[in-house]
Amino acid sequence: MKSDEPIIIEHKPSGEITFRGVGAAPGIAVGPAYLYSKAIPHVEMKAVAPEEVESELERLKGAVARSEKELQKILAFAELKLGAQNAKIFEAQIMILGDGILMGTIEERIRHELHNAEYVVFDEIGKYKKLMLAAPDEYMHERAHDVEDVMNRIIRNIQDQKLFSKLEGETIVVAENLTPADTVIFSRNQILGYATDLGGVTSHAAIISRSLKLPAVVGLRLATRHIQTGDILAIDGYSGIAVLKPEPATLDALQQKAQRFRHFEEQLVDIARLEAETPDHRKIELSSNIEFPEEVEFAMEKGTAGVGLYRTESQLLAKGTYPTEEEQYEVYKSVAESLYPQPVIFRTFDIGGDKVLPDSTREQNPFLGWRGIRVMLDRPELFLTQLRAILRASTKKNVRIMFPMVSKLHEIHSSRVLLERAKSDLRAQSLPFDEKMKLGVMIEVPSAAIIAEDIAAEVDFLSIGTNDLIQYLLAVDRDNSSVSELYQQFNPAVIRTLKMIIDAGHKKHVWIGMCGEMASDPIATVLLLGLGIDELSVNPAALPEIKKIIRSVKFKDAKRVADKIVAFSTEEEIKEYLASIVKNKVPEIPLE
Amino acid sequence: MVERTVTIKNRTGLHTRPAAMLVKVAAKYQSDFFIRKDSFEINGKSIIGVMTLAAEQGATLVFRFEGPDEQEAAEAVIALVERGFDEE
Repeated sequence: MKSDEPIIIEHKPSGEITFRGVGAAPGIAVGPAYLYSKAIPHVEMKAVAPEEVESELERLKGAVARSEKELQKILAFAELKLGAQNAKIFEAQIMILGDGILMGTIEERIRHELHNAEYVVFDEIGKYKKLMLAAPDEYMHERAHDVEDVMNRIIRNIQDQKLFSKLEGETIVVAENLTPADTVIFSRNQILGYATDLGGVTSHAAIISRSLKLPAVVGLRLATRHIQTGDILAIDGYSGIAVLKPEPATLDALQQKAQRFRHFEEQLVDIARLEAETPDHRKIELSSNIEFPEEVEFAMEKGTAGVGLYRTESQLLAKGTYPTEEEQYEVYKSVAESLYPQPVIFRTFDIGGDKVLPDSTREQNPFLGWRGIRVMLDRPELFLTQLRAILRASTKKNVRIMFPMVSKLHEIHSSRVLLERAKSDLRAQSLPFDEKMKLGVMIEVPSAAIIAEDIAAEVDFLSIGTNDLIQYLLAVDRDNSSVSELYQQFNPAVIRTLKMIIDAGHKKHVWIGMCGEMASDPIATVLLLGLGIDELSVNPAALPEIKKIIRSVKFKDAKRVADKIVAFSTEEEIKEYLASIVKNKVPEIPLE
Repeated sequence: MVERTVTIKNRTGLHTRPAAMLVKVAAKYQSDFFIRKDSFEINGKSIIGVMTLAAEQGATLVFRFEGPDEQEAAEAVIALVERGFDEE
């Protein structure tokens, strides 16, 4: 069971409270909090006199028209900022407003029952919401939220209330959770950043705030209970903390940190065009992790050498259902084309675990359950559709494919059979594709790490997914606050496992990449370099600093560091040693 | 009155886009159009209603048309479902 209690790192007598969350978008912001609660508008059932019916109907029509205008604006803005695919949820809401039968029923009821418009809207649309919530699948629950959003919007407009009347000046929006619509609408105001109770790095709010370049801290649990509108709040999206009522000294420290990062970022503008190469000429393929086609541009600005992990499941989360072959092909093709000649690795749908399927079943133990390649092999039609779409996007020969959650060799064999079938389907249809598309596997399950050499013999590359690998290796759920302290990126067992995987891969002459969070951690770079990693796929915002480190440390020195660290027996020693190396060799890197 | 039993064939079921197509085609005809799933009936000309059905691939629905052009309406709507809403 997860605890909902916020993780309070420090509670000072002055009233300053520091909460730990997850840094979802980099940056530091300080300002008054604006507590956004999704309170359902207050609706009372009132009688309407027969002679007032017409004016009541006018209120309704005016409110529906205003709601549509608002949604059209949000849709246009969302298409611009998030792309057409992700903006589709707003289209569905507009269609509901245009539902003649629904609006006709509401008008009829006002006329005959002689009730006020907001009550009838609440009651009539509420029926559909309840029916959708009663459906067993997650997809319908999401649609129920859309329906509720539309309902609340009409009611608010009938009551003639402005949405953000309290939102004046620059604020940090604090909410239990933010829908994509909320995040987009807020971003049109003077928002300094976001802090939310729920959500992870891949939640909608996180993705949107990154693309809007606004700092965000998510996953603060019930921290909103401690925060009130107007309270001064500081959020640090680099380290994922939120500080309520910060003392002057804390503010100073945060502002200095922000300054350091800004200064460092300015210094690094020019590095985008340079190679990720050590002074003694060891070249690293430094690429990016992304989930939406719209992120490619930002990654390219930051000087990425391709995409080392494209999370294809983002299409499911955005759409709530499985995309067709054509829809997928369009996405993959546009990503491959805009990156060309640089390569992109498409990871097939990694669903299950914390990433919910449209038709998910509840599992006792989802992280040890039906997820990743296991799901795809059980659903060959789904898998084949995706394989065909990825193959079709490979005509320019810069597309690679990767399978997640592989735990035994047999899964690679079965996947290959399907890949061959997808290829012969395409040949039969005379559709072109890259016959030699490179195939890789994620190493994120301990069993796969142990047999990495056997796996390497079957594929073209390996990519280490550290988040899951560490979680499984140390038997720690890092979202569980009772044990999250035990989630240690630099645990000696982790380091030795990394060495084992990299050595095994090199023995079979395949290249080894890393796409987990560890790849984006500046403290880890020297070690990874020294262990012999060939590719690092990082959060695009981290590209400049990781590149700076690679360019500052000789490969032969990094190897010496790695050799020494492999013998260390505690995480504390390892971290301390690595931090001292970075401070010494690349003093301009702003570490914690 | 025309009543027909249909099976949803397209892979994604009656989600938003097919639901919108269905409503659009039905709206071209004067006849009333109702959809029954199990014991639950909705107006087939209402997008929110069709969305609520949560009809997935393989779901069996009863379509009922009533009005002056019920025959034509039935043909047009059922053809759309049979074509799998032109997916793929």
